[in-house]
Amino acid sequence: VPAVLLAACNPFSAIQQEGPRSVQAAVKPEKERKLAPDFTLKDSTGASVKLSDYRGKVVLLNFWATWCGPCKIEIPWFIEFEQSYKDRKFAVLGVSLDDDGWESVKPYLQSNKINYRVMVGTDQLSQLYGGVDSLPTTFVLDREGRIAAHHVGLVSKGDYQHDIESLLDLSKSGSVERSR
Amino acid sequence: MTSKACWIFPSLVLSSVLASAQANNVLSVAPLDRVTAKPGATLEARAIMQLRAGYHTNSNAPTDEFAIPFKVTWTPAPLESPEIVYPKPKMEKYRYTEAPIPVFTGEFTVLTHFKVPASAKPGPLKIAGKVRYQACSDQSGICLPPVTLDVSLPVDVVK
Repeated sequence: VPAVLLAACNPFSAIQQEGPRSVQAAVKPEKERKLAPDFTLKDSTGASVKLSDYRGKVVLLNFWATWCGPCKIEIPWFIEFEQSYKDRKFAVLGVSLDDDGWESVKPYLQSNKINYRVMVGTDQLSQLYGGVDSLPTTFVLDREGRIAAHHVGLVSKGDYQHDIESLLDLSKSGSVERSR
Repeated sequence: MTSKACWIFPSLVLSSVLASAQANNVLSVAPLDRVTAKPGATLEARAIMQLRAGYHTNSNAPTDEFAIPFKVTWTPAPLESPEIVYPKPKMEKYRYTEAPIPVFTGEFTVLTHFKVPASAKPGPLKIAGKVRYQACSDQSGICLPPVTLDVSLPVDVVK
């Protein structure tokens, strides 16, 4: 009964039920996509970042932490995506789940020359997204702010490129070389 | 869905958070054996750890500056000067590391040496400690948040 109630009240119950080790490589059909919970957080400069302000863009929303080894592999890809797709209405947003917040995150941003906006998340935000307790966890949102793909754990750069290009409708043009 | 049912939701979320916290704990620490020592002596505590198969933790001295080290701490009073001896780490290469990294896996033991003050009064003591670690899976490229576990060392100071 509790599981049923949870499922009925929480649109992200499906994410929870999948467990932390699932990987969904494919972009979901539009009718199966659910709206990503909105949030407002401060970035490293103190400016507010509101997710819903990114409507109209494809967004790669990455939950990570400085202590997460696999996240370290992905971050250079995200830096490249931010650069490669920035003129095609695309953005990367990083949400760090470091307990000590900016104390760890700011030095990390500087040493890794991260070119996209990064915020420090909260437990409440993690719960909104289905209980993010395994890192990296990444959501790829379509231009309407809906979750089109969800990855838990380290997946390939090509998987992310596939998601992004599908949502940007670049897959036919093949304008960005894909790597696996 | 009734509104009454959704009143239950916050408590279910809390349950979910607690369950999630438990799920993140992939390390168990066996209850520490009671140790007996005389005033002025040194005693050794053995904390036997068991990490879930398929996971590793950073060692106490990770090579990555941002990695969270495995750490045992004690509130030793009325004992003195704990010296903590970690096992030799394994050097393991994973698909998300550029080079082998020092890790603990499987079963391993952390030793702590306490000094019993010469002025210690005979009787039972409980020394509180904490084990902090951060684990990742070996294969799937998933890391779990850092966890802190409480441990307790029963000590009998005898004449």
